[in-house]
Amino acid sequence: MSLDVPPKLDNRALFIGFFKIGIMGFGGVLAIARRAMVEQWQWLTQAEFNDLFSLCQFMPGANITNFAFAFGARQGGWRGAACAVVGLLTAPIIIVLLMGALFARFATVPAVEHTVGGMAAAAAGLVAATAFKIAQPGLVTLRPACVTALAFALVIVLHVPLLGVLALMLPLSIALAWRA
Amino acid sequence: MSPLLQVTVLFGKLSLLAVGGVNATLPAVAREVVQQRHWMTAHQFSQLFAIAQAVPGPNMLVVALIGQREAGWEGGLIATAATVLPAGALVLLVSHVWQRFQGARWRQIIQRAMLPISGGLMLSAAFVLVRASDSWWLMAALTATSFFSCLRTKTHPLWLLGSGALVGYLFN
Repeated sequence: MSLDVPPKLDNRALFIGFFKIGIMGFGGVLAIARRAMVEQWQWLTQAEFNDLFSLCQFMPGANITNFAFAFGARQGGWRGAACAVVGLLTAPIIIVLLMGALFARFATVPAVEHTVGGMAAAAAGLVAATAFKIAQPGLVTLRPACVTALAFALVIVLHVPLLGVLALMLPLSIALAWRA
Repeated sequence: MSPLLQVTVLFGKLSLLAVGGVNATLPAVAREVVQQRHWMTAHQFSQLFAIAQAVPGPNMLVVALIGQREAGWEGGLIATAATVLPAGALVLLVSHVWQRFQGARWRQIIQRAMLPISGGLMLSAAFVLVRASDSWWLMAALTATSFFSCLRTKTHPLWLLGSGALVGYLFN
């Protein structure tokens, strides 16, 4: 049997694999998913991972659930996709809803309010850092920087609904990228 | 409309607009659930977001917390399904085309065109969260600290969230 072609994963393996990724993924699942799937389990090569992930970044929605859909489907059709996505989300959703129920119950306790408030301030900083990392490569050249600034202004300053922002910015940005 | 249906419609319509990830839709979500429907204050919105960041799993699970707050446990599940399924179905449709046109110029152009838009949307999401959570200078200092630690060091996000929680608890 050739070792070059990895055998297709069955639905059980998909569920268990993505379950592990979901439960291990603190503060962003992507890094964990890459390490587990590429390095540990060798489900796919780095290049395959990058190509599939570029699709998931490009398509709307959560990157990692999109990845579970696409990878699961390649292994086992729509059943494979379902197993991967359900595996990924089951544990985190139970945990987050438990936390949500606890918070709803104790949110008015000042100590809880202040603790979660501090956490929210830190979380805002994390999102700002991620946003900065994504936006930075585009900010050094004029045209992408204008697209970034304009998208920001449409949302924050002019309160344009998201559909309007995309309907305006996508053609503009594609036209600019086409000419570049 | 029943709360469950409202949650479904809200997140279902944003699912296919989540260019650059679910977090890119946060300003739109905040506008609907805070300003228009008054389900919660901006501060509470930022707190739910923080809780979703602190548990394992995808960050997008803040949608589950919003759904749960408005329509109970089913609301949490429905909000997640409404966020994940439309986008997932689209990925399955496009997945084959994507592989076939791996080296195509138009694919590279579209990819290049999406990036600065995602950047702008993510920056606006960050702006909304910073504005909602930084009620006084110490909170702003926490935001700045986690921003620079995340960019300049390899500190795990959980440490930053934990430190934020501790500071919030000790100095309110």
